[in-house]
Amino acid sequence: MMTVDTYDTLAEANRAMQDRSRFLGGGTLLMRAVNYGDQSFQRIVRVRDASMHEIRSEGGRILLGAGVTMSRIIASPDVAFLAPVARLIGGPAIRNMATVGGNLFADHPYGDMTVALLALNGRARMADGSEMDLEDLLNRRGSMRSIVSAVTVDRPTGDEFRFKKVSRTKPKGVALMSIAAWLPRPGGRLSGVRVAYGAMGPTPIRVRAVEQALEGGNLDASTVDAAARVAAEGLNLPDDALASAWYRREVAPVHLKRLLLGEGRR
Amino acid sequence: MAKKPISFTHNGRETAVFAESGSNLLDMLRRVVGDLSPKYGCGQGTCGSCTVLIDGEPHLSCLTLAETVEGRNVETTGGLQRGPDLHPLQKAFMEGFSAQCGYCTPGMLMAAKALLDRNPRPTREEVIEAISGNLCRCTGYEPIVDAIMAASGQVSGRVA
Amino acid sequence: MSSIEFRKDLFADERDDNLNEIGKPTIRQDILGHVTGRSPFYDDHLFDGLLHMRCVRSPHHHARIRSIDFSAAQRMPGVVRIVEAKDVPHNLNTLLSLLNFGRDDEPLIAPKKVAYIGEPVLAIIAETERQARDAIAAVRVDWEVLPHVLDVVEALKPGAPSVNEVYPNNTFDYGPYDHQKLRFGDVERAFQEADHIVEGEYQMSPIEQAPMETAGAIAAPETNDRYVCYTSTQALFFSLGTTAKLMNMASSRLHFVGGTVGGGFGGKVDSIVEPMSVLGAMLTGRPVKFMWDREEEMQVGAPRGAERWRIKDGIARDGRIIARSFTGFFDAGAYIRLSSYAVQKGVGHLPGPYSIPNVAANVFMVFTNRTPATAMRGFGITGVDFAIECHMDKGAETVGMDPIEFRILNAYRDGDMKAHRRTAKNTALIESCQVAASKAGWRIAPDYAQMSSLVGGGVGDRAAIPETVTDRIGLIGERRRAEMPTEPYAGSSERGRVPAGTANEAIGAAAPQREDMQIDLARMGIRKPSAQPQPPQQQPHYQPASPVPPRPIPSATPPSAAASFTPAPPRSPAPPQQPAEPAASQPTPPQSQPASQPAGQPQPYQPERPFQRGVTRPGVSRFISGTRRR
Repeated sequence: MMTVDTYDTLAEANRAMQDRSRFLGGGTLLMRAVNYGDQSFQRIVRVRDASMHEIRSEGGRILLGAGVTMSRIIASPDVAFLAPVARLIGGPAIRNMATVGGNLFADHPYGDMTVALLALNGRARMADGSEMDLEDLLNRRGSMRSIVSAVTVDRPTGDEFRFKKVSRTKPKGVALMSIAAWLPRPGGRLSGVRVAYGAMGPTPIRVRAVEQALEGGNLDASTVDAAARVAAEGLNLPDDALASAWYRREVAPVHLKRLLLGEGRR
Repeated sequence: MAKKPISFTHNGRETAVFAESGSNLLDMLRRVVGDLSPKYGCGQGTCGSCTVLIDGEPHLSCLTLAETVEGRNVETTGGLQRGPDLHPLQKAFMEGFSAQCGYCTPGMLMAAKALLDRNPRPTREEVIEAISGNLCRCTGYEPIVDAIMAASGQVSGRVA
Repeated sequence: MSSIEFRKDLFADERDDNLNEIGKPTIRQDILGHVTGRSPFYDDHLFDGLLHMRCVRSPHHHARIRSIDFSAAQRMPGVVRIVEAKDVPHNLNTLLSLLNFGRDDEPLIAPKKVAYIGEPVLAIIAETERQARDAIAAVRVDWEVLPHVLDVVEALKPGAPSVNEVYPNNTFDYGPYDHQKLRFGDVERAFQEADHIVEGEYQMSPIEQAPMETAGAIAAPETNDRYVCYTSTQALFFSLGTTAKLMNMASSRLHFVGGTVGGGFGGKVDSIVEPMSVLGAMLTGRPVKFMWDREEEMQVGAPRGAERWRIKDGIARDGRIIARSFTGFFDAGAYIRLSSYAVQKGVGHLPGPYSIPNVAANVFMVFTNRTPATAMRGFGITGVDFAIECHMDKGAETVGMDPIEFRILNAYRDGDMKAHRRTAKNTALIESCQVAASKAGWRIAPDYAQMSSLVGGGVGDRAAIPETVTDRIGLIGERRRAEMPTEPYAGSSERGRVPAGTANEAIGAAAPQREDMQIDLARMGIRKPSAQPQPPQQQPHYQPASPVPPRPIPSATPPSAAASFTPAPPRSPAPPQQPAEPAASQPTPPQSQPASQPAGQPQPYQPERPFQRGVTRPGVSRFISGTRRR
């Protein structure tokens, strides 16, 4: 029997999380689990806290409330750099429902927004006020019980931030691979590069081999070639109905190159 | 079994029902309210057959926790007509052979209505984007896109 | 609707172009319901106290059921009934037993072993869907996992696991053989004479129909001791007959309502959901819904079966295909369903729409531990046509001919003899090629552009049945004992010869069940020229309101009452009909079973009680079910 408890503030909801409870974001993943009789939880926790829906600046970074939907991102000029990512998630109805917070906990092959946030130096702010690197959260999300209240990210300028989603069907389709790249070039050379993949492992991941190949170089063919050579290095690639691990290994360098040399620019 | 009271507006009518705790909006509309127009196609948000409008925006009712529509305005295909008069979209679908088995049609109509209410003269690309969350196995989509284009401009725009 | 082009210039004199509706765009009669959301799909009927039925399904390709522990599930809230295999009144069937084709091989609920992932072993009926799912999750099955086979060629090997207990050789029986043979002419000699040999192997995966509406049915007790069943089926009478058999109940106790299908494409003919829902209604006395969710529709619902085809052509220098040999494998999955018939459809189609003087085929219906296959959009034909057309391109390339011209050259024409010994008529491949070429802007040589299906066919050898070489390789069971080749003729040098012109005996159709069920062509307005004078017969006259007249009995005893019409004499040999006596004032049913039939005649089916049109009691609507709101 499923129970639903609604709280006015996030702090109350956070305290109320227990074993076999799940927090409701937009419902696109949670209700799917409910519909299919997921046996791992029997209680849904909801909140009416407006702070979950904020988008604001905070000390040079951008804060997105965990309850912000993909549609809201598309409609907000403050986060225009994330609009191309949000547009690639689901169809119009899904975008009206799916939230930033929910995306952080989406199982493979979902989580495209998280891939972007990871590349943008994303940090999760928890309901109790503490903070956590997104990479940390992704490693621990299977056993976490506390609720994410917001995510903060760096604010990119120019074309520093790029995103590409590779899927078989368009315009709407699940990614068999997504790539986000943060490519600061303060003096012309790449510095502080961050590259993340989606659907290429059990969670969205930073791709350190590619980052190291790019770091310090110019964003040109020879640097990109070096990065493409290690595009799938050290990765535990999934083998699933969307694509085989072999396929992912074969196409990863191709899509990475296209993104880095400009085709992913929006 | 716990039941939650939910008050909301359904196709312009004030409605109040008791829905099972944890049930989704699709089941609540079909089984409790008796509105059979939204359909179950997948229960996982991939097909769009259950698309309804909540406060004018498309939502997937199979993924919507029923009690979250408290105080909100829910529209379904059952409410498209004005009395005996069909909505221009309904007429356009009929004339354009835009349905065969008819199962995706309610969802398609709601996605199209949401588009035309906000954007009375969309481009073809915008129409395709608007129905990109609705699958159809029968028509090949072209007749549906054609019908929505044909109906566009005949629907008075909604003031946002 | 205006995107259809009618080529009425083609075959114009074979057609009366005076139709008022056909060929003209019109508004679908059901589309108003579709756009208003009022089309009544099976689930668009509300019932008070509706119960939900779901299955425990095998997670293994192949396993024996040691035991099922549902004690915890039984105690869970909302659980109304556990349904075990032993609760199914007649728990073995094959879909085509409706036509007396194939042996019953598939249980509704598996009693002892499972042969594909998703096969049901138990069902649970509960007050809500969620409660049913929760109870299903609490069931513990002790499985003994068995080796499985997922490839058609592997399944034919001697050591392969035996998938289907009723067909232990992993093949369906076609006569005395483990495959369907087609033999026409002498391909072996023709291959030796050919200038080119072209070989290819073609394969397709199973294809899921994936209708937007998943399959399901709701059954409920009705007031006049019947069960009403609202169903998504494409095949209402299949479903009714199959349910009657599995529930061991007279079909007159079933009231099936269908006709509004949310997409079928062949995937809603297997009639599994209806017997489940009716069983649920029988066991609980309440309305029961049995529905596949999307995951079940994709995994458990039968797809179009995978096929693998090997084609070998012998082609003469001038581009004529003089021999074509097929080895085909239909992956039926774990049970027959419609695959047995798909093979025969496919073989009847070979060698495709082409006139080839020597044709041979060995086509296997193979059992594997995959989801059982069923119909989809031209099943039996579309897979082999894909293979044939790919192969035609290969042949054209080999002989250096344009692929369209190559097809036109080899196309069948009216009057040509087809490999299964029927004369081709209403052929149109040539015209199709010509129109397609012109639409695509593909130039073909003028003499090919002018060829016609009506010219050049049925002449000389083209119309003849050639002397045909046969073999007896591949008897049922041989392949299980020792690995054998699969191609036609391979594996033995013994050959038989069937003389030219032999059309083979037609397999007698099933004898008519009742004499008065013969179709009277004259009543349908069809006049056929008769070679011999017809015996005198009364002109039948149709009495729409009268009860069914008694069956005239073809025996020495005169009928106890008169018939109001006499059917036309059947074309097959049958005892001569007694002319009817003048009508009496009140026809009455025959007093008793007919006492004697001429010895040696097949006994026609005789029901214990004469057919009645159903009960009408005043004041009771036939369409009221127990508790229904809409």
